Amino acid sequence: MAAPRLSTEDPAWAKALIITLVLVFLGLVLVLPLAAVFAEALRKGLQPALDAIANPDAIAAVKLTLLTAAITVPFNVVFGLCAAWAVAKHEFPGKSLLITLIDLPFSVSPVVAGLIYVLVFGLQGWFGDHLVDNGVRIIFAVPGIVLATIFVTFPFIARELIPLMQEQGTSEEEAAVSMGASGLYTFWRVTTPNVRWGLLYGVLLCNARAMGEFGAVSVVSGHIRGLTNTMPLHVEILYNEYDFVGAFAVAALLCLLAIVTLVLKTALEVAQPGAGRRGH
Amino acid sequence: MTISIRSVEKKFGRYPALNKIGLEIADGELLALLGPSGSGKTTLLRVIAGLEFPDAGQVLFHDQDVTFASAAARRVGFVFQQYALFKHMTVAKNIAFGLDVRKGKDKPSRAEITRRVDELLRLVELEGLGGRYPSQLSGGQRQRVALSRALAVQPSVLLLDEPFGALDATVRKSLRRELRRVHDATGVTTIFVTHDQEEALDLADRVAILNQGVIEQVGTPAQVHDQPISPFVCGFVGEANRFEGGVLNGRFTAGSVVLPAARVADGKAVAFVRPHDLVLDADGFAVQVNRVHVQGALATVDGVTLTGQRIEVTVSRDQADQFTGAVKLSARRAHVFPG
Repeated sequence: MAAPRLSTEDPAWAKALIITLVLVFLGLVLVLPLAAVFAEALRKGLQPALDAIANPDAIAAVKLTLLTAAITVPFNVVFGLCAAWAVAKHEFPGKSLLITLIDLPFSVSPVVAGLIYVLVFGLQGWFGDHLVDNGVRIIFAVPGIVLATIFVTFPFIARELIPLMQEQGTSEEEAAVSMGASGLYTFWRVTTPNVRWGLLYGVLLCNARAMGEFGAVSVVSGHIRGLTNTMPLHVEILYNEYDFVGAFAVAALLCLLAIVTLVLKTALEVAQPGAGRRGH
Repeated sequence: MTISIRSVEKKFGRYPALNKIGLEIADGELLALLGPSGSGKTTLLRVIAGLEFPDAGQVLFHDQDVTFASAAARRVGFVFQQYALFKHMTVAKNIAFGLDVRKGKDKPSRAEITRRVDELLRLVELEGLGGRYPSQLSGGQRQRVALSRALAVQPSVLLLDEPFGALDATVRKSLRRELRRVHDATGVTTIFVTHDQEEALDLADRVAILNQGVIEQVGTPAQVHDQPISPFVCGFVGEANRFEGGVLNGRFTAGSVVLPAARVADGKAVAFVRPHDLVLDADGFAVQVNRVHVQGALATVDGVTLTGQRIEVTVSRDQADQFTGAVKLSARRAHVFPG
């Protein structure tokens, strides 16, 4: 005998329809393009794809992308923790302004973000002459790329932590302080451990965006091969030169980095329910 | 440790949470701060703890002004409403926290800390649970951990914010006994906040009743129950029938209800009569009995007077049979306040 249907359960045909719709949509929008990237990259076999990745310019792009992420992510970890701590655990004038400012990069187009830096640090910009006199290159150089990436990825970690910290309230901190713990000790031993899963999650999102950012970086980079090309920019250049195998090979590598990030994220989500019980 | 609170004031924005509060707490006393929500009781506790600083007034610990001293400097043990245990630390680590944070020669040796943690676990009857995490404990056990964590620093005063609020009724009752036992064993001056009058009367040596940022009355549980000095205290502590009427020549009248009011001036008044102070009396006022329900050794009678005022009477079980149909009642004692 079939189990009685629960009143809250949808009829079988509706479930099947909805699931099919979702799968078809995901297939068309996500899986197919992703498969196409790898298919295009491997169209002429594995060797041409590997050659494209081993190209010195491609390797330079990979290195620059990893360098950018390696600078951006730690910066945003520090900033995100500080900002979230200030916003969630303290009351001060201008708090809502700070929250709005943190959100700004989400609402501003990345291209505009890049242009802001050109305007400020570029040759015709506010500090242009001063920078040239002192031999400092920001625009069309690595510092500009890092700055633009930091701007774009600014909110990821802070936004992840603020609701989490707000939800946890301040009583654990008060308990720690009332037992004689200093502010810093409380921050490291009480506040931070409570948000470590949220922090890791934020780091992964921030990292994915830092490696994948195109718009803002494109404006400030100058597209100098082997010097200021990140992976997304390198993909574009190769594509525009009709080097499809090369473009898709580098794109596939970028996808692989993203997939690794996603797998890590999923692994964290699986681990998270037990997080409370674990010691370290 | 004696504690003196002198004309303490605290405002949140425009809203006055504490209004010229004065209170003396004796060494080794167990005091309850009782009041409805929004009465300022938690704010007062946090001012005593040093988690909140008053806008005006003084807090003295043993004649020493600590008004603006930090919570740590005051050596208070604070038990938070939701316990605020550190989720990522074991029970033992939680209890040891206050000792672990100490520096230099103040910091006890590791063996000393372990010994102290074991002693506290024994005190709250949680032996062998030191290695667990807070999420693996029941509500009552968490409360005990919070209590022993607060006691670990050998506080000069122990402060508890609604310590039993998050627990179910049976656990609540046993933990009340537990807190009393721990208090008697350690002798530490203890102040706890509660909105539950039964809890305050049952547990405390003295009760301070707060209403709208003002202390209405301070006294032993018997005093605040039997000799309430204001209508608020009378209505808030214990059960009471409330009547609105007037006093003339030492008699309070509200509709058909007549009560003695010896020392009250003539004029409008409000009267309270405890359900157990109403007795059958042939010369009393008439009450129509609606329902009698038995609660253990006592019976509660729901009735209504001739003028439609509802009335509640508590009698012993063997008297319950006499309450049928129309009866006549009088009050052995009434609390009448000019109003």
